[in-house]
Amino acid sequence: MIHQYRNNGYNIVMDVYSGSVHVVDDVCYDVIAKLNGSETEPTAGTLKETGVKDQLLQSLGNKYEASDIEDALSDVIELTEGGQLFVKDTYECMIEEVKKRKTVVKALCLHIAHDCNLACKYCFAEEGEYHGRRALMSFEVGKKALDFLIANSGNRRNLEVDFFGGEPLMNWQVVKDLVAYGREQEKIHNKHFRFTVTTNGVLLNDEIQEFVNKEMDNVVLSLDGRKEINDQMRPFRNGTGSYDLIVPKFQKLAESRNQEKYYIRGTFTRNNLDFSNDIMHFADLGFKQMSIEPVVGDESDPYAIREEDLPKIMEEYDKLAKMMIEREKEGKGFNFFHFMIDLNGGPCVAKRLSGCGSGTEYLAVTPWGDLYPCHQFVGQEEFLMGNVDDGIVKPEIADDFRSCNVYSKDKCRNCFAKFYCSGGCMANSYNFHGTIHDTYEIGCEMQRKRVECAIMMKAALAEE
Amino acid sequence: MKHVKSLNKPMNSNLKKSGCGECQTSCQSACKTSCTVGNQTCEQNK
Repeated sequence: MIHQYRNNGYNIVMDVYSGSVHVVDDVCYDVIAKLNGSETEPTAGTLKETGVKDQLLQSLGNKYEASDIEDALSDVIELTEGGQLFVKDTYECMIEEVKKRKTVVKALCLHIAHDCNLACKYCFAEEGEYHGRRALMSFEVGKKALDFLIANSGNRRNLEVDFFGGEPLMNWQVVKDLVAYGREQEKIHNKHFRFTVTTNGVLLNDEIQEFVNKEMDNVVLSLDGRKEINDQMRPFRNGTGSYDLIVPKFQKLAESRNQEKYYIRGTFTRNNLDFSNDIMHFADLGFKQMSIEPVVGDESDPYAIREEDLPKIMEEYDKLAKMMIEREKEGKGFNFFHFMIDLNGGPCVAKRLSGCGSGTEYLAVTPWGDLYPCHQFVGQEEFLMGNVDDGIVKPEIADDFRSCNVYSKDKCRNCFAKFYCSGGCMANSYNFHGTIHDTYEIGCEMQRKRVECAIMMKAALAEE
Repeated sequence: MKHVKSLNKPMNSNLKKSGCGECQTSCQSACKTSCTVGNQTCEQNK
C-alpha cells in the first residue's frame, strides 16, 4: 500500500507495509502515482517489463524529459527490489496470533478523586463525578487496586499507575500513601511502578512538587492555552478563570523537572480552532513538552468539533508544523505529542496491531474499586468489568476489546495511518457509533493529518 | 538515486520484533482521549 502527498513543498511517498518513507522529486512522484494506479500492484519483476516504461513515457512524456522518466523508473525499481516500495502486507496473517495472545494487566488509571475544584465546561467526567456521585478513593481500595495489578501482571516488570480524577490532588494523602505502598510491594514482587499524575494544578505547591519530582515518571498538566481560551472553558465553580493561578505553578514545575517528563496538555474546541496559537503560547511561556487534543463531546454540544471544522483544523496542523520547523531551526524547538514519530524505531508490530490496550492491558478503577476498560467508560454500567475484590467478573468484555484491531475494521484496513494509530480510540468509536468496533471519522481525519505533518517535519529537518 | 531521498530504512525487521509488552500504555502518557501508537518508544531500544 502506497500513500503519497504533497505538503510544504515536499513530495512524500509512504510505503505502508515496509514503513519506508521517501521524499521524491516531481517526476518520480508522478511515476509512482501512475504505477500505483495500475490494476495489480507492481513487483520488481513487472516493473522491468518494457511495456511499463512505454506506458509511462506515453502518459508523462508531455510533462517530463524521457531520460528523467526512465531514471525515475530505475529508482523505483531499486526501491522495490530493496523492499522499500510496493511491499506486500505480511501482517494480516499475524492477526489471529495477536487476537489469541494472552494479555496481562500492565496499567491502571486510578480515579483517586471523583471530585474537582474546577468546572471545565467540556469535562467528560462531568466535573469529576462521572455520571455518579462525588467520592474519594480510600487507601484500602487503592491498595487492593495495586495488589490486583501485581497479581494480574504476569512476568511484566514495568507497571504503570496514573493518578487521575476528577482532580487527584484533592486526595493527595492517599496518593502519597499508595506510592509508598507501591514502592514497598515492588521490591517484594520484582516489579517497577511508574507512577504518573494528571492534574489541573490548582492545589500544586512546593511540597507536592517535590514529591512529584521524586516519585512520578510523568506529569500531565492541564491547561488550554491563551488566557482567554483557557478561562472560557476552565473556570472555577464561581466562574472566574484559572489561568493566572495555574500558569506560574506549571512553569515552576516544568523547570524543576528540567523541561522533561511532563506534558502541558490542552483541549481545543470549536471555540479555538486556531489552536496553533495556543501551542505557540505554551512555547512562549517556556514549555518544551506539550499536547493539545480535540475535545470529546456530543455532537449537540456547542463547542464540539464538527465535520465542517475539518478544513480549518487541517490548516492549523499545517501552520503548526511550519512554525515548529522554524522554532527548531532557531534553536528554540519543542515537542508536540502528536507530531512525535520515530521512523527508524518505534513500537513493534504486536503493539501496532493491538491498539491502546484498553479493556485488557489497561483498566480504570473508580474510587469504590469498580473496574472499567478505560477512564472514558467509567460510569457506563454495560462496561463494568469487575472490581478490586473479585477481579474481572465479566471476561467477555475484555475479549471484546481484545478482538478489536486494525484488521477487524474496514475503515482501518484501507488506511495508510493504521500502523501509527493502531485503530483509534475505542471510547470515541463507542460515543459516536454505539460500538467499539468502528471508528470516529473526524478523529481519523485529524490523525491522518498529524501523521502527514509529522513526516513532513522529518523531511524538512533532514535537510538541515 | 537521483530522484529519491529515503528518510529511513525498511522497518520490516523492527516491525517483526514482537511483543515483550514492557512498553508504555498508549493513552496513559499525555492524551487520554485519543490513540497514538506510532510515537511510543520500544522499551528494548531504550
